[in-house]
Formats: sequence, C-alpha cells, structure tokens
Amino acid sequence: MENLNSYLIVSAILFSIGTIGVLTRKNAIVMFMCIELMLNAVNLTFVAFSRYLGNLDGQVFVFFVMTVAAAEAAVGLALMIAFYNNRESIDVDDVNLMKW
Amino acid sequence: MDMITIPAVNLTPILPEIILSVLAMALLLINVFVQSSKKTYLSYISFIGVVGTAVLVGSGWGTHIESFSGAVVQDNFATFFKMIFLLAAGLAILIADQYMEREDCNHGELYPLILFTVVGMMLMAAGTDLMTIFLGLEVMSVSLYVLAGFNRANTKSNEAGLKYFLLGAFSTGFLLYGMALTYGATGSTRISVIATQAGQMGMSSGNILFLAGMLLILTGFCFKIAVVPFHMWTPDVYEGAPTPMTAFMSAGPKAAGFAAALRLLLIAFPTLQADWSQLLWVLAVLTMTVGNITALRQDNIKRILAYSSIAHAGYALVGMAAGNSTGTAGILFYMLSYTFMNIGAFAVIILVGKKGESNGNVQDFAGLGFKHPMLAVAMTIFLFSLSGMPPTAGFIGKFYLFSGAIQKGYIWLAVIGVLNSAASVYYYLRVMVYMYMKDPTEDFAWTKVSAPIALCLVLSVAGTMVLGIVPSIILQYAQEAIKLI
Repeated sequence: MENLNSYLIVSAILFSIGTIGVLTRKNAIVMFMCIELMLNAVNLTFVAFSRYLGNLDGQVFVFFVMTVAAAEAAVGLALMIAFYNNRESIDVDDVNLMKW
Repeated sequence: MDMITIPAVNLTPILPEIILSVLAMALLLINVFVQSSKKTYLSYISFIGVVGTAVLVGSGWGTHIESFSGAVVQDNFATFFKMIFLLAAGLAILIADQYMEREDCNHGELYPLILFTVVGMMLMAAGTDLMTIFLGLEVMSVSLYVLAGFNRANTKSNEAGLKYFLLGAFSTGFLLYGMALTYGATGSTRISVIATQAGQMGMSSGNILFLAGMLLILTGFCFKIAVVPFHMWTPDVYEGAPTPMTAFMSAGPKAAGFAAALRLLLIAFPTLQADWSQLLWVLAVLTMTVGNITALRQDNIKRILAYSSIAHAGYALVGMAAGNSTGTAGILFYMLSYTFMNIGAFAVIILVGKKGESNGNVQDFAGLGFKHPMLAVAMTIFLFSLSGMPPTAGFIGKFYLFSGAIQKGYIWLAVIGVLNSAASVYYYLRVMVYMYMKDPTEDFAWTKVSAPIALCLVLSVAGTMVLGIVPSIILQYAQEAIKLI
C-alpha cells in the first residue's frame, strides 16, 4: 500500500470541507450533513490505516462510527422537528433566544 | 483464512452497565402503561435501581479485572468515577419529579434517558480502548441531547437541544479524527498498546501523526467538559435545558470527560506529557478567567452557574496540567464535591423558580433568608463551597488541585487560580446579598418542598460539609484510585 498518503490526503480534504461547511452554513440540516461528511472522512482514514497496517481494528471502529452516526441522525432530526414546530424555521440564525 | 477465536468474556466489569441498561429498557416499556399522573413511581424505581447499582459498584472496590480482551476494566479509578456518576444521577432523579410536574412535561422517558446517560459515562470511565471510550461518550451525548431538549413545548429547551446536538456532533468529528490518527501512528486502539508502541518507537512531539492525534482527541474532550475556547454552547444549553437536567449535565458528564481524558493522557500519551501539560496550563488559565469574568455580568442564576461551571472546569484542569498524584487525586475529589454542591444549588433554584422557567434571576432570591431560612442556609453553604471557602468541600478540593500545581512547579498557575477564586466570590456573594439584605419583592407562594427534593438537599448539604470537615477518608480513596494510572 504505497499510496496510503493519497487516501489520507483525500480524507483530510473531506474533513476540512465538512468543518468549513459546519462553520459557514446556516441551515441546521445542511450543517448536520457536513458533520456526517466529517465522520465519513474519518471512516476513510480508519479504513486506509487498517489496510496499510494489516489489522482489523480500524475497520471494526468504522462499523461503530456508522452505527453511532445513525443514532445521532435519529435524535438530531427529532430535535430539529421539535424546533421547527415551535419556530417554523431550522435556520440557525433563528436559534437566538439566549445570548450573553 | 484463520478461524477467529472468540475469547472468554468476563461480564463482571460491565455488570453495573448491564443492570442499568436492562432497567432503563424495562422502564421504557412500563412507561407506556403508566398514567401520566403516576409517573412519580418511575422515578422511585429508577432511584432504587441507581442505589442498588451503587452498592454493586462499591463492592468492586480494590479489584482489578480486565475483560473483552482489555477493552473494559474494573479498577479503583473506574469505580470511583462510577460512584460519582451514580450520585449525580440519583440526586438528579430526586429533584426531577417536582420540576417536571410543574412544567407540564412529566414524560416517563426522562428516567430511562438518565440511566442510559449513566451507562455511557460508566463506559467512558471504564474503557481502556479508544472504541469503548468513543461508544461510551456517544451513548452519553446522544441521551444528553434529548435530555437538554426534553421540554418539547418550550422554545428555549428546543434551542438548547439543537445547539447541544450540533456542537456536540461537531466535536465528535474532531475526537474521532484524533482517534483515527492515533490508531494510524501506533497501529492499535488499546490504550495500553498505544502506550507501549509510543514508548518503544520513541514517539514524542516529533511524530506529527501522533501529536495531531493527541491534540484532536483533547479538542474533542475540551468540548465536552466546556473548556475555553470550546465553551460557547455551555451557557445557552444550561439555561435552556430543564433545570434538573442542567444540574445533572454540569456534574456527571463533566466528570466523565475528565475520567476519560485523564486515562488517555496519563496512560496513552505520557510521552507527550511535556506538550499537553503546557497546553493545559494555557487552557486552564483561559478557562478560569473567561468563566469567572463573564459570570460577573450575568443576572440569570442558571447562566451564572453555567459560567461558574466553566470556571470550575478550569480549576480541575489545573490539576490535570500538573499531572502528578496530588493534582489528579484532587480532580477526583473535586468532581465529587462539585457534584454535591452544584446539584444542591440547582435544587434550591428549582424551588425558587416558578412555572415556565420564570423567577430565575438573582433578584428573585430577594428576601429568601427571611421567608425560608432553612433553604437560604442550604444555598449559602453551596455558594460558600462553590467559591471555595473553608470549611466546605470546595475549599479542600481547590487546595489539593493548587498544591498539585505547586508541586509540579507551576507556581503562577496556582496564583492565577487563587486570584480567580477570589474574583468568583463576587457573583456568589451577590446571590447571598439578595437573600439576606434585600426585602422580598413579592410573596413566595410556591409549592411545598416535596420529600425527594428535601432528601436531595439534605444529602447535598451533608456531602458538602462532610467532605469539607473530614476530607481524609475520601482523599484516601482518591489517592488509591489514581495509583493504577
């Protein structure tokens, strides 16, 4: 696996795109999608390392990450619906009742 | 293709987690058949479950059992922290019922969610594999997102849930990326193997992959324990979440974050100690100072305690930066005392508050000392302890944290810490001034103090005072707990 670096670079780029997306987007669902992108970038890193090192720990980890991401999606979307029911918006600029 | 052999599994170390999970799932089922006026019974059942589990966890003191090929461990460190989590959950369950009834959101799912959170926290404290720690963290976080947004009809609670969710999931990304890089650098997710690999291959700050892994993992934990500059969610989430859940959130998950971070930093990353120690030095100063200064200009009592909880994370970071036995034992002791004093203070806030989360400003405490002297005395004890005055638990805890820093040679860190606690006296004292020196603006026509809240107050006052007057017993336990690390 001489091209481990290319996998790592791709996943680092994906992770950065996800991070920038979370910081710049205003729609809660798009933000959440960017977070999913970050998690999948991490999955790619895990699998690449797992192949490179020749041990399965990384791939097992990926299964757990995917499961957790699904659980997070369920809870996150429920929270967004609850918010939408009260405020008729999921724009994070409307998440503004509490400020310091 | 080799056959995969299934190793023998010893369930003893995760027996408490199994019991709590099964109880929580049973409660979810029972909840369907219970009338909404009788949800109180669910709180009784879960409280009994928590007490029973605490007895079981306590009986494991002094043992060292590894299981799941070294992914989970039952040692004194885990046991000490598990007791803190169970205490936080027990106290939170006691204060939840009356509040939830008042706010008309007495859904029975609350108690199973608290129990699931405890399961997650326990796995974090007992996990000796990055996978276990990650799973524990997520079980805890996902349950907490729901608990923060539990009051569905209240817009502030919605906001708290949504904010906590987005920022929490965001921080999970960083934590995971750090874990992936650490795995890549060392070839394992077991923290003991990471340590030996790092030691053998001489990985220190020269190894970019390893260093970046540690920094990203630390970032993830800093989000969870609300360390400046990753603290922005804390005041909003603490203010918006239902008050009993705020109390729980500020004590339990913070302790869990410290448990996992301590285990990782001290066992997996000792070769990087010079780096993380310096970093935590800076973070501790920032966290204490920003937390205390912002708390000075708050009026809402929940926000004051939120910023104060940021500052308290900073004090505990002082012990972590020191990284020696006095400092780390100090963290264990401090987390325990913080659980007592903070949940106690929130119990008083619940009693002063009125329907719709109103009556939550400092001004609403005016004249409490005359109308309800006992309650005011309890609040005074908690505030004294939070500000770190003797003879309360808060004083002893801070004393140990700061002496750890001095032993390590971080004199300035200790000085800044002490100056910060002096500054914090202002906003704690402000509440007391209102309680004892102002006339009540209106009649306190609140509901009576229910028996569970009274029990919680008695336990918290007793804990705060006992830990302050005879700290040696618990300190001995804390010293033994960190010996394995």
